[in-house]
Amino acid sequence: MASGELPATRGHALLLLREMLRIRRFEEKTVELYSLGKIRGFLHLYIGEEAVAVGAMQALTPDDSIVATYREHGQALARGVPAGALMAELFGKANGCSRGRGGSMHVFDVSRRFYGGYAIVGGGLPVALGLALADKLQGHSRITACFFGDGAVAEGEFHESLNLAALWKLPVLFLCENNLYAMGTALIRHQSQTDIWRKAEAYAIPADAVDGMDVVAVEAAARRAAETVRRGNGPYLLEARTYRFRAHSMYDPELYRTKEEVERWKQRDPLVTFPAALRARRVLSEAELAAMEGAVATEVDAAVRFAEDGPWEPVEDLTKDVYTGA
Amino acid sequence: MKTTYREAVRAALREALQSDPRVFLMGEDVGRYGGAYACSKGLLEEFGPERVRDTPLSESTFVGAGIGAAIGGMRPIVEVMTVNFSLLALDQIVNNAATLRHMSGGQLSIPLVVRMATGGGRQLAAQHSHSLEGWYAHVPGIKVLTPATLEDARGMLPTALRDPDPVFIFEHALLYPMEGELDENIGPVDISHAVVRRAGRDVSLITFGGCLGKVLEAAETLAAQGINAEVIDVRVLRPLDTAAILTSIAKTHRAVIVDEAWRTGSFAAEISARIMERAFYELDAPVARVCSAEVPMPYPKHLEDAALPQVDTIAHTVLEMLKPHG
Repeated sequence: MASGELPATRGHALLLLREMLRIRRFEEKTVELYSLGKIRGFLHLYIGEEAVAVGAMQALTPDDSIVATYREHGQALARGVPAGALMAELFGKANGCSRGRGGSMHVFDVSRRFYGGYAIVGGGLPVALGLALADKLQGHSRITACFFGDGAVAEGEFHESLNLAALWKLPVLFLCENNLYAMGTALIRHQSQTDIWRKAEAYAIPADAVDGMDVVAVEAAARRAAETVRRGNGPYLLEARTYRFRAHSMYDPELYRTKEEVERWKQRDPLVTFPAALRARRVLSEAELAAMEGAVATEVDAAVRFAEDGPWEPVEDLTKDVYTGA
Repeated sequence: MKTTYREAVRAALREALQSDPRVFLMGEDVGRYGGAYACSKGLLEEFGPERVRDTPLSESTFVGAGIGAAIGGMRPIVEVMTVNFSLLALDQIVNNAATLRHMSGGQLSIPLVVRMATGGGRQLAAQHSHSLEGWYAHVPGIKVLTPATLEDARGMLPTALRDPDPVFIFEHALLYPMEGELDENIGPVDISHAVVRRAGRDVSLITFGGCLGKVLEAAETLAAQGINAEVIDVRVLRPLDTAAILTSIAKTHRAVIVDEAWRTGSFAAEISARIMERAFYELDAPVARVCSAEVPMPYPKHLEDAALPQVDTIAHTVLEMLKPHG
């Protein structure tokens, strides 16, 4: 499926749109809650990158494993982590998906095989390898999808992990979300080779790049990549070229890029272009879009209530879960 | 049966591989080379390359893969060649192995065992000779073991493998050739208590790992001079068996701590502080420490000997402490 095409069915097109909308509206709400002091710590927003998580997640089954980054609200929501449990986690409440112990950067939902939430750049890659190795040794056919940003490819762990995954033919789908900035340092200032997918060649890993602002293209590329991994030949690296419309985190004054650059990328906002394409093909009416917005708003409101109503972990439990059974 | 520390470690590894299909061994040169210290010699031939895996020189990634494999249902034993090299894996150990359980709100267990050689005394200079187990003992979420005897070399590993949390075993490199008698039917040993290796009443000599032999020798020297020293082998640096230390102090009223690490910020400092906090009024003399000199380990033998705790420095410290004052 080439870029600019639509999904095969209307139902699937609406699903992709709804999932992207859920992430966008959820995170817009977190900005409000952050300014109210309900959410503290670092808050790294995924706004602008929704097509990557939603497209990629279509290629994964519930049996596959996922390792994410510290900018993982989008990946978590697309995976099916309930919005309420995620919001409660951001509040630090005990009904959060990590019992409030992790916060925004450490989202875990093992029941959905969502294995975190890593706030050390590149730190999740070796863990993804281990999950894949365990599957291989136990004869499971599932794959592990490992998300990371362009900043992570400068880390030694990226290179060590690609080498070892290829050497041992581990079923890992490496998903690079290249949003052009490692915090505030532009890709051209931190990489000698800015085509990240080409780094895989040095490790004999098949690789590809895709327009990360096009959810349909991401899905198609992720399906091809995941199928390659499922065939048992080892890992695959997919680079999704995307952009974050917001700052690195809520503390970031964004001095490293121009407003014009951000505005240019916003022309390609998947939450503008995709609904426009659907409307142009008469797949989506204004009324349907409004109804979808209403349903998403209701879900987000319910998530906030779930978080507001959630209990705080008792202080007596402070040292719980440092060791098992203690 | 007559055996060596190295053979005891190997017997423990072999038994682990035989008795549990989830156990596998990985690390640098553990397979074809037979282990840098020959602990895994013959295991590749016996168990094959799936279960005895040679890794690239990628400490961070193969330790991280061990974490992922443990999460994924396996029981990995990771060998890091020496403690100095483990610093390349410090991110995975401290930021992942020790924290994932807590940050996930108790959703994850990491039944990982990491073994490594530690300590000086073989003229290997500063990048192969340090004793950093005390650093690891600083970190909540992991357990830190220091087998100093054949029984512990043989019995700590099976217990560690049954533990649902990450366990780090530090084997002093000078102990591998140590010979002695070991009960053929020795099974798993306790990994939560210190042990009195020599009972006495005049002073408590508190130590662990590679220093135990020197301390026992010093105790014999002192006995010839009419001083009856008690020797405590701490065995487990985290969680520390404070009660055993306090019991001994209540009997002897004097403590000398012998630790091969540098004095500043050493584990000996932690033990000393606990004695001060909990048994200050039991003491007849200030707590004394015998540690390594504050210098990166030098290569020439006479300088290395001068840097490390030795039998005569231990004995001398005790004699000074017992000298009548005033």
